[in-house]
Amino acid sequence: MTLLSFNIPVVVLLPFVGAIAAAWVSRYSRLASAWAATIITLLAMAFLAPAAGLPFQGETLIQSWSWIPGIGLTFSFRLDGLALLFALLILAIGLLVIGYARYYLSPKDCMGRFFAYLLMFMGSMLGVVLSENLIQLVVFWELTSLTSFLLISYWRHRQDARLGARMALAITGAGGLALLAGVMLLGHVVGSYNLTDVLAAGDRVRASELYLPVLVLILIGVFTKSAQFPFHFWLPHAMAAPTPVSAYLHSATMVKAGIFLLARFFPVLSGTPEWSWIVSSAGLITLVIGAYIALFQHDLKGLLAYSTISHLGLITLLFGFGTQLAAVAAIFHIINHATFKASLFMVAGIIDHETGTRDMRRINGLFSYMPHTAVLAMIAAAAMAGVPLLNGFLSKEMFFQQTITASQVSGWAWAIPALVLIAAIFSVAYSLRFIHDVFFNGKPVDLPKTPHEPPRFMKIPVDLLVIICLAVGIIPMFTVAPVLHVAVAGTLQASPPEYSLAIWHGINLPLIMSILALAGGALVYTARKRLFAWHDASVARWDARIVFNAILGSLDRFAVGVTRVFDKGSLQNAAVWVIVTALTAGFIGWMGISAPLLGARELLPVDGVSLAVLAVMMAASLMTAVLHRRRLVSLLMLGVVGLVVSLVFVKFSAPDLALTQLSVEVVTVVLLLLALYFLPQSTPRERDKVRIGRDIAISVLAGAGVAVLTMGVLTRELTPISDYFLLNAVPGGGGTNVVNVILVDFRGTDTLGEIVVLALAGLGIYAMLRGMKLPAPDRDSQGRLWSSDNHPEIMRTHTRLLFPLMLMIAVYIFLRGHNLPGGGFIAGLIAAVALIVQYLANGIAWTSKRLRFDMHWVIGLGLLAATATGLVAMGLGYPFLTSTFTYLDWPVVGKFEVASAIAFDLGVFLVVVGATVLSLVELGKLSDSSHKAEQQKRRTEVR
Amino acid sequence: MLATALLIAFSLVTLALLLSFIRLVKGPDIPDRILALDTLYINAIALLILAGLHFGSSLYFEAALLIAVMGFVGTVAFSKYLLRGDIME
Repeated sequence: MTLLSFNIPVVVLLPFVGAIAAAWVSRYSRLASAWAATIITLLAMAFLAPAAGLPFQGETLIQSWSWIPGIGLTFSFRLDGLALLFALLILAIGLLVIGYARYYLSPKDCMGRFFAYLLMFMGSMLGVVLSENLIQLVVFWELTSLTSFLLISYWRHRQDARLGARMALAITGAGGLALLAGVMLLGHVVGSYNLTDVLAAGDRVRASELYLPVLVLILIGVFTKSAQFPFHFWLPHAMAAPTPVSAYLHSATMVKAGIFLLARFFPVLSGTPEWSWIVSSAGLITLVIGAYIALFQHDLKGLLAYSTISHLGLITLLFGFGTQLAAVAAIFHIINHATFKASLFMVAGIIDHETGTRDMRRINGLFSYMPHTAVLAMIAAAAMAGVPLLNGFLSKEMFFQQTITASQVSGWAWAIPALVLIAAIFSVAYSLRFIHDVFFNGKPVDLPKTPHEPPRFMKIPVDLLVIICLAVGIIPMFTVAPVLHVAVAGTLQASPPEYSLAIWHGINLPLIMSILALAGGALVYTARKRLFAWHDASVARWDARIVFNAILGSLDRFAVGVTRVFDKGSLQNAAVWVIVTALTAGFIGWMGISAPLLGARELLPVDGVSLAVLAVMMAASLMTAVLHRRRLVSLLMLGVVGLVVSLVFVKFSAPDLALTQLSVEVVTVVLLLLALYFLPQSTPRERDKVRIGRDIAISVLAGAGVAVLTMGVLTRELTPISDYFLLNAVPGGGGTNVVNVILVDFRGTDTLGEIVVLALAGLGIYAMLRGMKLPAPDRDSQGRLWSSDNHPEIMRTHTRLLFPLMLMIAVYIFLRGHNLPGGGFIAGLIAAVALIVQYLANGIAWTSKRLRFDMHWVIGLGLLAATATGLVAMGLGYPFLTSTFTYLDWPVVGKFEVASAIAFDLGVFLVVVGATVLSLVELGKLSDSSHKAEQQKRRTEVR
Repeated sequence: MLATALLIAFSLVTLALLLSFIRLVKGPDIPDRILALDTLYINAIALLILAGLHFGSSLYFEAALLIAVMGFVGTVAFSKYLLRGDIME
């Protein structure tokens, strides 16, 4: 196995693992997490490096593992020129951002959290660009939405950060859903979810009648992510993020994910009128609107945000042209925009950091305070404006050339270069504003801090980026040309067309457009005062956020309205809906069947004991309902029902169920009593006669329906699947207890899911109840004060004596569970009951002092044990959770069988113990804190 | 011999079970009912042991054992509830 057979998934997954490491080490030192992030990024680069040469030789590297073949999902990765370019951008700019953020974050900010989020985001982005399987790509795409949400809301104490993050998540998340639908359709058309097949099936896709839905759905995903009109408005609000985040998300990564997808699907979806119309109009509108609004932003980052939107529009427009040369220009501009925009955001962060404000009406004349930064900013901004000898100039020239080509298509198409020129003029104007307003234009106004140059290492990332801008702009053939060549080849899935990267093409139309844009921009900037006044009076009032909030608000109201029809916050009401629905569905299903109600199977003989016991159960069920207003008595009746049900399980040869039922019964009683303490002791009388009649009718119908159904099933001869399990339990799972073998082996993955849910429920209960206080009654239902004897001596002594006995039974039931009734689940419940009794009889304080281990750890260890068992099987080349077993000979004990499933069962055991004890004891502590509050109240009353 | 003894024992235990349940329904006080439920648990143990003897299977004893160890926990919880209201403090 060489490195080239598995290195790409390592590159993608490394940052996720690294995120945990970065969060972990921040406990010991703030800077350690920055170092961890740096090392992880370098490692990812090192793993990518051996494969980086392949695209240059025209090869596409694909690494694939089967995952869920039934739905076309493989775990597969692809490295071609386009993927390589994006992976390099993500990693390289990520590395610079990490270095920059280490100096940007203040001591108050938690470094570990920041770098953990950043690494997770980096991993998600790498996953998007390196995925071969489309469903897997969508999964990573959703992960970028989620992790960017965490990054944008990093300063979670700020409302604007939270709102901005929520908006970004709502828009990009909705787009992600559309993308998923589009990808599913595309996979349906092609017959495969693998990019290799999809890219080869371009003609078939374009000819398919599903082409338009596929195109529109995928484009919604692209436009939401890349902030294209009309979804552009989330991006400026995302500027509430820390500046390193903006520099990363809005230069090379998040918003470029949409652009990446345009490039990825370019050979499949482009070349039709629909593509041209939708993509290029969205791009053109975004380009113009973004450039226009950017000029009027007083916030430094706001200007950069809208300029980002505008440049994204430019790239989208280029892809919309659909020609190969336009794709070349688009890819080229992706590289250039990433470099100059990242550096500009970093400069904005430096200025914010050093002056304490980002308002361009206050920060003026900074050149004399920070000349080094100023020079860097001026070069980067000039690149953004498209000044010759800088990288932005080259790609803009190509862009102008493409607009002129496109204008020859039809009579109206001359509008394209005209509008583009206007956008270019505004682009020059806002770049000028960025330079002139900030670094010249008089003296600073009322700054919170006296500005000075930032720490040296904060500037180094900017230095490097600006050097790239210059190098690409002056000697493109020796710097960017090879990377651009392979990226274009990867995009087109063909050899690139002829294009020239020369700086001087002679005097032609694009050059004239550039000169016009530069001159026009300067003019617009000089007239800015009048323009600002006009803008503030007219356009400034339009805000897409208002529309967004209105849509979101009405959606909310609609959802609440629909929910309120069914759920009025009353359990009875909800139960009525559920039961009536079940009744109706059952009745409808029944109507069409002509078969007799009962089958031909002979009924079993009835003996007197069973009859008496079942009569007790029926009477107890009835009494539970009749006495429901006296809650404690009702609970006692329920205890009888539970007991008899377990006896019934024993009678019908289901000992596992009986044991489970008995243990659950005990835990339930404890749980209900804990809750009952805080609830009224009696239920108020229901006076509405109609409602009582209705409820009785519904319950009788439902009960009779279930009884009839059960009889119908029981009186028929069925060939259930149990035969298979009975036959295969010993050869396949190495155990004679079929129930346990099913739980830990045949259906092991189900069980794993269930214990995860159980663990989450336990932790959720803990999180919700922690520190909560409820008023607790100080008298019983008859008005007597509680006894002052908290823990009677007899109860304490006896339960302590029983504790080791109960644990022994738990161990016994656990160990033999694979062959005879028992297993991790039942044993876990027994052990939990053993522990809970100690809490009951001796008090929480006494027990906690002796029971030193934390239940969180027990749950965690349990999940770890269960998952590790599965992973070991995978590591040995078997499917997840494959179990194996062998026979051991022990002295005294004799020959017995050991299954690897016992480790899995141990996990189940630990999770059950942890979750049960954690949640019940937390409920117990609830009253503890209430007691303290009560005592305090009494004490103050006495005073 | 064993069959006859089992028959008598089954009848008596079933009778005891019914009587315990009647006490549970009648009360009159909560402690009466709690004791009735506890007795029901003990009756169930007896019934299971008898069934084990009758069918000649030791699997019945497992359930009996479990009731014996854990059946009292419910009683403890109910009693603690009467005593303090708060069963875990």
